[in-house]
Amino acid sequence: MDGILLNAQRQGRISFYLTCRGEEAILMGAASALEVGDPVFAQYREQGVLMWRGFTLEQFTNQCFSNILDLGKGRQMPIHYGSRALNYHTVSSPLGTQLPHAVGAAYRLKLAGEHHVAVCFFGDGSTSTPDFHSALNFAATLNAPVIFLCRNNGYAISTPTSDQFAGDGVISRAPGYGMAGIRVDGNDIFAVHAAVREAKQYALSNNAPVLIEAMTYRQGHHSTSDDSSQYRSVDEVLVTTENHDPLNRLEAFLKKYNLLSEEDVEDMQKQERKDVVKAMEQAERRPPVPMRELFTDVYHEMPLHLQRQQAQLEAHVKKYPEKYA
Amino acid sequence: MKILLHSLPRRSWLTARRPLSHLTMATDPTIMSVTSSAQGMNMFQAVNDAMKIALETDPTAIVFGEDVAFGGVFRCSQGLQERFGKDRVFNTPISENGIAGFAIGYAATGGTAIGEIQFADYIYPAMDQLVNEMAKFRYRSGNQWQAGGATLRMPAGAVGHGGHYHSQSPEAYLAHTAGLTVVMPSSPKAAKGLLLASIRSKDPVIFLEPKALYRSAVESVPLGDYEVELGKARILREGSDVTLVGWGAQIQRLQKACDLAKEMDGIDCELIDLQTIVPWDAEAVEQSVLKTGKLVVSHEAPITCGFGAEVVAELQERCFWALEAPIKRVCGFDTPFPLVFEKYYLPDETRNLEAIREVVRSSR
Repeated sequence: MDGILLNAQRQGRISFYLTCRGEEAILMGAASALEVGDPVFAQYREQGVLMWRGFTLEQFTNQCFSNILDLGKGRQMPIHYGSRALNYHTVSSPLGTQLPHAVGAAYRLKLAGEHHVAVCFFGDGSTSTPDFHSALNFAATLNAPVIFLCRNNGYAISTPTSDQFAGDGVISRAPGYGMAGIRVDGNDIFAVHAAVREAKQYALSNNAPVLIEAMTYRQGHHSTSDDSSQYRSVDEVLVTTENHDPLNRLEAFLKKYNLLSEEDVEDMQKQERKDVVKAMEQAERRPPVPMRELFTDVYHEMPLHLQRQQAQLEAHVKKYPEKYA
Repeated sequence: MKILLHSLPRRSWLTARRPLSHLTMATDPTIMSVTSSAQGMNMFQAVNDAMKIALETDPTAIVFGEDVAFGGVFRCSQGLQERFGKDRVFNTPISENGIAGFAIGYAATGGTAIGEIQFADYIYPAMDQLVNEMAKFRYRSGNQWQAGGATLRMPAGAVGHGGHYHSQSPEAYLAHTAGLTVVMPSSPKAAKGLLLASIRSKDPVIFLEPKALYRSAVESVPLGDYEVELGKARILREGSDVTLVGWGAQIQRLQKACDLAKEMDGIDCELIDLQTIVPWDAEAVEQSVLKTGKLVVSHEAPITCGFGAEVVAELQERCFWALEAPIKRVCGFDTPFPLVFEKYYLPDETRNLEAIREVVRSSR
């Protein structure tokens, strides 16, 4: 999906895209250890979690193409997914803002007696933000069952982790906040799965937060607005991918135990490619979101001033239809 | 000491010549008479009562912020932790962005979050959460998610000795953010009803409490559960000569200005309290200005890009041909809120009286 939609952006068919290449083990490993009753507060590079939960290729592509079926009603850039049904909060662009939300959500779940954790995902760069600090401190002092899962992928756009912090990665801060934590090989899907499973159990039994630092590598550019060859060597990417790619590792493991054959892999990839292209082409052909949705959902009920503004815009567009076609 | 309830005749014990409409300056509200349905309360008691009722009627409601557990620096949360327990009324670490973000997450998960920011002057670390998250939570999700259960309340405005960092009125920064509701009561009875309406609103609300009124404003406040409608201004006095618009503690100064204008010049002012800054009741102001043809807008916050500018811009567009004089604003100056110069800085009744006289004098 990532590859095809990335190319779609390069072809000018969608305005923006970003991949989670290299981080699939974190996303699928974590998602598979959780239930849909555990709300997810993601950053933006967690499409794998959403896919695991059941977000369809149609839903992904509808959002990227901002068409009439986009659950977000076309209001945000591509990849800013959200799904109430799958308990995945709509992604926003500002970094780290989702962390305090996860703490509030976890506190609510605790008071309501629901046996669920809130899980938030974020990158190494986000750990420098004010919200990271506040969220961890709140979670620890308020005894909130939340899992803070850091995807340490080595880069925040062009900024390597050596410019981001001087301490021992992210996990070293856990004792500082008085919370449990673990560092895990983020390219090992089973390790991540085990860590998240244990973290959830710990969080619920102790009504306490857990910090997980999953070590990985951002194989792709930050986004389609980035060319990472400007700040890192192509060699670094190739060598790291060759030695540490999570999909290669899982594939090798499954093949070793005869759970998967080369043919299986080829078939799966071929089918997936077809499915993605089909979903994309359908999404591209669907009509756009109607103009009236510009004004709805700002408030629960549209206030008078927005009704007036909407009426003004409608009259204007009616008068100059060709300018807004 | 004679204590007046709002329903009694308007002559105050303070001065024989200047009735203070429905507010009275009492120093010990506990000696107000208690009827079965109402009680004399000051503003912090009214706020406390509203939160108590919210906690009683909504099992998901929680109250949190810095120092709220022992009762709060202005006693607004007095007695709440004892009554409702530590799970529901609790202190947070010092972090306004944490308080705001926590409120959003709690509300987004189906709960009612009543967060306190200790002083409106300290709201700024929370601005990213308020502007980029809280205000956009529903819209960006296509209405799948919403944070309407979040209410952030905070003391705001001049208090006589607050200086730069205990006197601010930040409503203009917030009003510019689509998706937020900003409310500022001007009296205890309105405060309780507006706060309950804010807490129960399906949209997130920022509730600014004029701290100068916490102890000094006393009113008969119904003991029951009631709400004052958001988005609706209230006409505090009717008149046909000039419309005055204000909010918060400024209303008291405007009342005095109206009294002076009447006594000294025979000018009848119509006084409008916006109550909800955004979305605001432009229709009520428009109706009034169509009648009077003259408008004065007054607020504590600095004049440039203060919310008064919005009122003036909208009203000149709607009522230009009905206006008999240019619209005037009487506001704080474009300076940080100064300590020793507060008496010059505040748009007091004398400056407002001058503005009223000027619009009347210059009117065609």
